[in-house]
Amino acid sequence: MATTMTPPTADPVTLMPKKGSRARPLFDQTIMKRALKDSFVKLNPRTMMKNPVMFVVEVGAAMTTILAARDIASGAGIAGFTFQITLWLWFTVLFANFAEAMAEGRGKAQADTLRKTKTETTARRLVNGNGKTETVAATELRSGDLVRVETGETIPGDGDVIEGIASVDESAITGESAPVIRESGGDRSAVTGGTKVLSDWIKVKITSNPGETFLDRMIALVEGAERQKTPNEIALNIVIAGLTLVFLLAVVTLHPFAIFSVNASGSGTAPSVTVLISLLVCLIPTTIGGLLSAIGIAGMDRVMQHNVLAMSGKAVEAAGDVNTLLLDKTGTITLGNRQAVEFIPLGSVTEAELADAAQLSSLADETPEGRSIVVLAKQKYNIRGREVAAHEAHFIPFTAQTRMSGVDIDARRIRKGATDSVIEFVHEHGGTAPTELMDVTERISRSGGTPLVVADRERALGVIHLKDVVKGGMRERFQQLRAMGIRTVMITGDNPLTAAAIAAEAGTDDFLAQATPKDKMDLIKKEQAGGRLVAMTGDGTNDAPALAQADVGLAMNTGTMAAKEAGNMVDLDSNPTKLIEVVAIGKQLLMTRGALFTFSIANDIAKYFAILPAMFMTMYPVMGKLNIMGLHSPQSAVLAAVIFNALIIIVLIPLALRGVKYKPMSAAALLRRNLLVYGVGGVIAPFPGIWLIDRLLGLLHLA
Amino acid sequence: MTGNGWLQIALFFLVLLALTKPLGAYMAKVFAGERTWMRGLLRPLETGIYKVCGIDENGEQHWTRYAGGVLLISVVTLLFTYVLQRIQQWLPLNPQGLGNVGQHLAFNTAASFTTNTNWQSYTPETTMSYLTQMIGLATHNFWSAAVGISVAIAFVRGFARHSVKTLGSFWVDFTRATIYVLLPLSVVGALLLVSQGAIQNFDSYTKATTVEGAVQTIPQGPLASQEAIKMIGTNGGGFTNANSAHPYENPTPFSNFLQMIFIFIIPAGLTYTFGKMVKDTRQGWAIFAAMSVLFFAGVWVTYYFEQAGNPNLTKLGIASAATDTQSGGNMEGKEVRFGIANSALFTTVTTDASCGAVNNAHDSLTPLAGLVPLINIELGEVIFGGVGSGLYGVLMFAVLAVFIAGLMVGRTPEYLGKKIEQKEVKMMMLAVLVLAFTILGFAGAGANLGTVGNSLGNHGPHGFSEVLYAYTSATGNNGSAFGGINGNTPYLDTTLGLAMLSGRFLMLIPLLAAAGSLAQKKLVPVSAGTFPTHGPLFVALLVGVMVIVGALTFFPALSLGPIVEHFLMHAGRLWS
Repeated sequence: MATTMTPPTADPVTLMPKKGSRARPLFDQTIMKRALKDSFVKLNPRTMMKNPVMFVVEVGAAMTTILAARDIASGAGIAGFTFQITLWLWFTVLFANFAEAMAEGRGKAQADTLRKTKTETTARRLVNGNGKTETVAATELRSGDLVRVETGETIPGDGDVIEGIASVDESAITGESAPVIRESGGDRSAVTGGTKVLSDWIKVKITSNPGETFLDRMIALVEGAERQKTPNEIALNIVIAGLTLVFLLAVVTLHPFAIFSVNASGSGTAPSVTVLISLLVCLIPTTIGGLLSAIGIAGMDRVMQHNVLAMSGKAVEAAGDVNTLLLDKTGTITLGNRQAVEFIPLGSVTEAELADAAQLSSLADETPEGRSIVVLAKQKYNIRGREVAAHEAHFIPFTAQTRMSGVDIDARRIRKGATDSVIEFVHEHGGTAPTELMDVTERISRSGGTPLVVADRERALGVIHLKDVVKGGMRERFQQLRAMGIRTVMITGDNPLTAAAIAAEAGTDDFLAQATPKDKMDLIKKEQAGGRLVAMTGDGTNDAPALAQADVGLAMNTGTMAAKEAGNMVDLDSNPTKLIEVVAIGKQLLMTRGALFTFSIANDIAKYFAILPAMFMTMYPVMGKLNIMGLHSPQSAVLAAVIFNALIIIVLIPLALRGVKYKPMSAAALLRRNLLVYGVGGVIAPFPGIWLIDRLLGLLHLA
Repeated sequence: MTGNGWLQIALFFLVLLALTKPLGAYMAKVFAGERTWMRGLLRPLETGIYKVCGIDENGEQHWTRYAGGVLLISVVTLLFTYVLQRIQQWLPLNPQGLGNVGQHLAFNTAASFTTNTNWQSYTPETTMSYLTQMIGLATHNFWSAAVGISVAIAFVRGFARHSVKTLGSFWVDFTRATIYVLLPLSVVGALLLVSQGAIQNFDSYTKATTVEGAVQTIPQGPLASQEAIKMIGTNGGGFTNANSAHPYENPTPFSNFLQMIFIFIIPAGLTYTFGKMVKDTRQGWAIFAAMSVLFFAGVWVTYYFEQAGNPNLTKLGIASAATDTQSGGNMEGKEVRFGIANSALFTTVTTDASCGAVNNAHDSLTPLAGLVPLINIELGEVIFGGVGSGLYGVLMFAVLAVFIAGLMVGRTPEYLGKKIEQKEVKMMMLAVLVLAFTILGFAGAGANLGTVGNSLGNHGPHGFSEVLYAYTSATGNNGSAFGGINGNTPYLDTTLGLAMLSGRFLMLIPLLAAAGSLAQKKLVPVSAGTFPTHGPLFVALLVGVMVIVGALTFFPALSLGPIVEHFLMHAGRLWS
């Protein structure tokens, strides 16, 4: 695992992540300015046609414009009313366009920043392996070219380091200013074009062609150029379009029905075209129709604000549906390293004696485990790191063959390491391991820890208990995930015993021990065969197939290019815990759509009570009884409903962009809450709203 | 409203509730091809039919072939009945020597009985021979009901199955629905009705001399056998013009009670069958509960406004309160032996289900009581609904409800473990559109035509209600009418016939397509994150979606009909 440790970005209690460094205020001045302009540009009917609901409104607005012109020209008394309706219908369209432009604007601003980093770069391309270089423009580089990049230079394209090691400033991509190490081989070999070498040099094999670089893709993604409607968005659009047709029919047939009624009652007139268009616009789901694409774009943007690059909206949507989370133990569930937590002496050895020997053997051990031993000895027995130069000390490093490390100091031969290796060492020096040794090591293993046996020549001194430290707050988060119906599976290379203990401590639902890439793949396929959606993180090249197979594959930016290509999201902070946040954002996206859709439809009831009595009172004055809001005139009733319908779009833009509030809870509880707020609330809210607008219109003598 | 009235309504519901589970479980077994206690008796008949018709009992069909079967049997029987009516004069069992039926009426009637509508633009006693009634109309009562049940079963299989392309065999489902479900129930039903005095004979009409000395012709015929299936198959086409108000069809309060139970028994049972088939009976009960809520709402409104009567009559000093010796309320168009409670209940039941049999004149209902049947039908006949069509109709709404609100739990919507996606949503919206287009389109086109206007028995808003009711009833395949309208004109016969065909087949085909798509999907396992579709919250949601979608579509039209008529009645404005 090559992960840079960053503190968890989420508040463990609410699960909703805090925003990353890229967060912008919701109503940024420059974005708003551009959005205002774009709202008019988007009036182009060819653009509008992609959104059937708003297109109907635009057509309606165009028709009333003609009617208003006619009324004004003829000086008809109704002109003021027709004119106002026309104005508000255009506003309705503009407001919806504004919402979409606002959502897009945030991505566009981001893209502009990225573009700035994509300045003209030159590259030093190696010629035919003879060590000579030629200077070419970065745009001329092709996949397979070799380039050399030195201190202060910008890496000209995406690629893998094949020689050298360097510290690289990747802030242009990640927004994170701390430099990272890139070296040849292993999982830290990938470099991204546009990042800068701070020290040393590297030889890079370019892996992408011009226009296909990570930066290019990133710009295209945040800008929304490649935005395609997601499956759920398409389905929702069908329902909205279907309802629009139903309402169109209801309004169109109202005309002959009204004529019948005029004839029957012998009084009144059939409602005018202006009024019918107003009714239609009020009934069709303009709220959701106007905000739908903004919700989708904003969802992608929210992911981006958490420094995660989603390759498609579909991936974000799928995140909301995830049933199973595969989480790597190291770096996600536990802190990256094991730490010494206990010294267990054997036989007559005292704990202090063991601690002293353990510390001595670890003085030169730079691994986190080694350092934790030194620290524990210091904390518990105040044994300080001592000056070993006075002695004749020879440190033995750990190797995969010996599976031990230690120190030869004076006559002492101190070793620490894997149980069987150290026992063998003791045997070689003519000693025997006490029987209780095996009991102790087994007890440690079973508890999920790792035993390190310490010996000095023929004497087995005792055991160091190394333990995985589970990150704070993980248990609570897994509990929340469980409440949401998401199962967590811990993936680890540990043996089943250790894995079970850590899984139990962290509170995951299941674990996969001694996991090979193939095991991971099999697990994903098994889950998917059962109809479940799987999300996972990964960074190594051998993770690539599994990342591609998973429904949500979150690749770490520190990882290899292969992993980044395979996943459908890249976490620029390389924080695997973020998978949980991504799931929350996905859910929030779907919830926002559902909430605004429900709200939109629920609103219609009040609008009927405003407009229908206004329409029918001329032929049947008794229909005034349906005017339960007591609106003061038929014209003001229609106008108030149309104005409410337009304003609600503006009022709900922040909700669409921010997403509805989301707290992890069971589906049943969520449904109850949201139905109450957006369903029942949607039925009630327009009544006072329309009433208020009607009063204002009266006060201002507008109707 | 009286305590006695509500007691009878409650008794009706309790008996229905008690019958739902046994019949539902029985039907689940029948359609799974499992052993039932009827098997010993009817199995030879079943296998015999398979052999004669060359049906593979274990055959499976893609939804398109399933739909093909539905259409084939419907077209063939439609043509058969059309031809039969056109030549009945020359055929036997026609003791009254009734002439051939005209082409428009014959088309209307054939479409009507094929689609389970049983709208009758004719007076049966003076139009249809015994033969036409028996082998034409009565057989349709079986076929159309069996088609409805089969489609419902196939639709449920879309949810119950996973990762397969087929929905079962239409021919097998159709055969089983007929011989294991409809046939036994009708035999028992007919005998029960005969026990109450319903007639069953082939006599020519009786001439009787009344007390005043006038001569009266009393029609005869094989009524009881047709009566039972008329109810059990939610057909509703009466042997007599007076339908279930006629003493030969519906002689006693007990026969009236039986008839109402017959109407609801299969639709109610199917909700349990559905639960059984998807292996979670709570799902079925949730549907049952949602239907019950709307049923009681309908009964309450109808009963309340019928009992309240007409304020204009009260003003004239006519007592309209119920007492021990008189029913009070609005008794116009009602049979004294049924009274207000049982008439209101019958009206609600017959329009909740797509039956359309009537024991009172719907045209004479007070405006808001008359609104109830209109709304019941406009919701798509899903409050128990037609046999089969009620279940697939309500499931269509359940899918829509899940889609609308399901997103609010943060998952792409799923119902019964099946993800609701583009294809399903498209088909559901198509079905909703068909309903709205057919009712509003035809009513809108016809409202101001002179030919329609001449057919109306009333002026003012009630006349409008009559037109709206006619197309609503035809499209919803209900068949009841605001009797003031004379439907037997070439224009009305044709357009109503088309509305029936559209309301039946243009709804049924998209739903089968959706079922085909659902069956192919994987099953998503249930977790705490799954939208719960049992329990009161879902019931409330489903009811809400049905009412809101229905109300939003039809409220403008209804407000120009029954609603304004109600206000006008209270304002004392009367119409000729």
